Amino acid sequence: MTFLQVNHLKVYYPVRGGFFRKVIGHVKAVDDISFALQRGETYGLVGESGCGKTTTGRTIIGLVKATAGEILFDGKDLTKLSRREFAQYRKDIQMIFQDPYSSLNPRKRVLDIVAEPLRNFERLSPQEEKRKVQHFIEKVGLHPESIYKYPHEFSGGQRQRIGIARALTLNPKLIIADEPVSALDVSVQAQVLNFMKDIQKEFQLTYLFISHDLGIIRHMCDRIGIMYRGQFVEEGTKEEIFQNPQHIYTKRLLSSIPNADPLKRQEQQTLRQQIEKEYEQSYSRYFNAEGRAYPLKRISNTHSVAIP
Amino acid sequence: MLKQSVLQIEHLRVSFRIHEEYYAAVDDVSLTVHENEVLAIVGESGCGKSALALSIIGLHPPERTKLEGAVMFKGKNLLTQSVQALNEIRGKDIGMIFQDPLTALNPLMTVGKQIEESMDYHTTLSASEKRKRTLELLQRVGIPNPAQTYDRYPHELSGGMRQRIVIAIAIACNPAVIIADEPTTALDVTIQAQIIRLLKDLQQQMNTGIILITHDLGVVAEMADRVAVMYAGEIVELADVYTLFTRPLHPYTRSLLQSIPSAQTSKETLHVIQGIVPPLTKLPRTGCRFRTRIGWMDESTHESHPILREVEPNHWVRCTCYQHFYFPDGGERA
Repeated sequence: MTFLQVNHLKVYYPVRGGFFRKVIGHVKAVDDISFALQRGETYGLVGESGCGKTTTGRTIIGLVKATAGEILFDGKDLTKLSRREFAQYRKDIQMIFQDPYSSLNPRKRVLDIVAEPLRNFERLSPQEEKRKVQHFIEKVGLHPESIYKYPHEFSGGQRQRIGIARALTLNPKLIIADEPVSALDVSVQAQVLNFMKDIQKEFQLTYLFISHDLGIIRHMCDRIGIMYRGQFVEEGTKEEIFQNPQHIYTKRLLSSIPNADPLKRQEQQTLRQQIEKEYEQSYSRYFNAEGRAYPLKRISNTHSVAIP
Repeated sequence: MLKQSVLQIEHLRVSFRIHEEYYAAVDDVSLTVHENEVLAIVGESGCGKSALALSIIGLHPPERTKLEGAVMFKGKNLLTQSVQALNEIRGKDIGMIFQDPLTALNPLMTVGKQIEESMDYHTTLSASEKRKRTLELLQRVGIPNPAQTYDRYPHELSGGMRQRIVIAIAIACNPAVIIADEPTTALDVTIQAQIIRLLKDLQQQMNTGIILITHDLGVVAEMADRVAVMYAGEIVELADVYTLFTRPLHPYTRSLLQSIPSAQTSKETLHVIQGIVPPLTKLPRTGCRFRTRIGWMDESTHESHPILREVEPNHWVRCTCYQHFYFPDGGERA
């Protein structure tokens, strides 16, 4: 069942210059992308910095305005709604941010941080509110007494879990996780990723998981979309993308990941050189004259590639 | 073939003053860097790896830092050198590559001039010779049009190109040692692969010893020859890269390797290291410093004064607890 459908989404930023600061061009941050999320799955958006993956996430949650296209959530087009109408969907879509050090207000107690979404949407008595916050704080594995502490009293992994508790309070259906573990150490990363998988089952969450780290994407995601300069170049299941990549950009990205086996160093290097060569030689087969990707073409039920 | 050692760190202790008291961030670390080798120092934030690197070239503020032990380079102890003497060495015999190429470069100076700066200081080359050498260096670090790039400012270049400029500055005077502090952390994977290749090539061409500071075990697997794993200011395991990845012994090394999601293989759940890295002021100073993170292990498996021991040729491990270590959930991937 399609749960979130993004159709031909475009986000352009005007570039101004010249006389009277006229609009002289556009930065095409997101340029005509379409994808769909099924309920309960984890969809990964991958790409290098500046490819538009974060902008896509922020557009879905309404932090950035779409230039064109539609975002259908439960059959409603979120881009056409007024502020007031949009408010009720805000509850269903929550976000986990990258940096747990800047996404929690240092002057608020954990209680006030986690209760903020509740205060926006639900009228609860202080007792009920406290009970609910404690419930979620326990769910994320923190001590219920810690609701009276301030963010600086927690470690990075604990802070990220406070951020997750805040995202969970309104029983959301979709969580957009924008690089949720990039700022954390590896041992803490594992903790947060395992935890995100656990609560996904428990609360039947759908994740839109945005990351540049292909190891984490492979660990977390069911389906993956590869973005390049605001467009999709490939989309498929985890197995299709990692075992059978079709687009040269995907191949290049995958071959660049450091291989954790030092014995395979030479092999990996040879593979990289091969792909780099192929990338240079066949660039024009994968990108048009303006250097943009072609529209996605279906090559199997689940696997699509941007080829002419 | 035996490689010559170029830099020896001997019983180095780096302490920082916090509220009138000194706390050791690096505690009794001894390491040798050889020519033509990449020595990786791995660990999580706060383990002391950067403090170690910065103390080699004297970049800690002297009024808040206490340095003990010795860093021997070309017969001199770098820790006791004057600022003037250090300035003769820094940028000439020891190059430095920083994490963020944008903040490492001067935004108001063309990249050509920045590369020439260290030559101004350390050599007596004429202006035209310097320009010629700079263009060679730009070529060498893989900049496509050296002559054009020479007059560019850092903001006109991409992140990967900027890091290449930082590398060009580091190798401008043919250093014997390069300290690379997270050289690829700020870069995208495709660029990261290129920079790793470049550093590896330079190491072999110039016979340089590279100290690679990183938290990324993937980068270590790709680049390092020998690896020192640090935890809470101490080296807990030291081995060549193949041994470390195929036969890791110390519980911390094994836990770290189990906790990274890999792009090559999938695993269901990741190992979580219990607890947190204690803050500097609360580090356990006696016994096995990792014991609080592996609480399920019997106390008697730890030594009371753990030392780094050579358990097989060139494979060093601290504390005896590794002999009994097991994961509480039982599973360890081969």
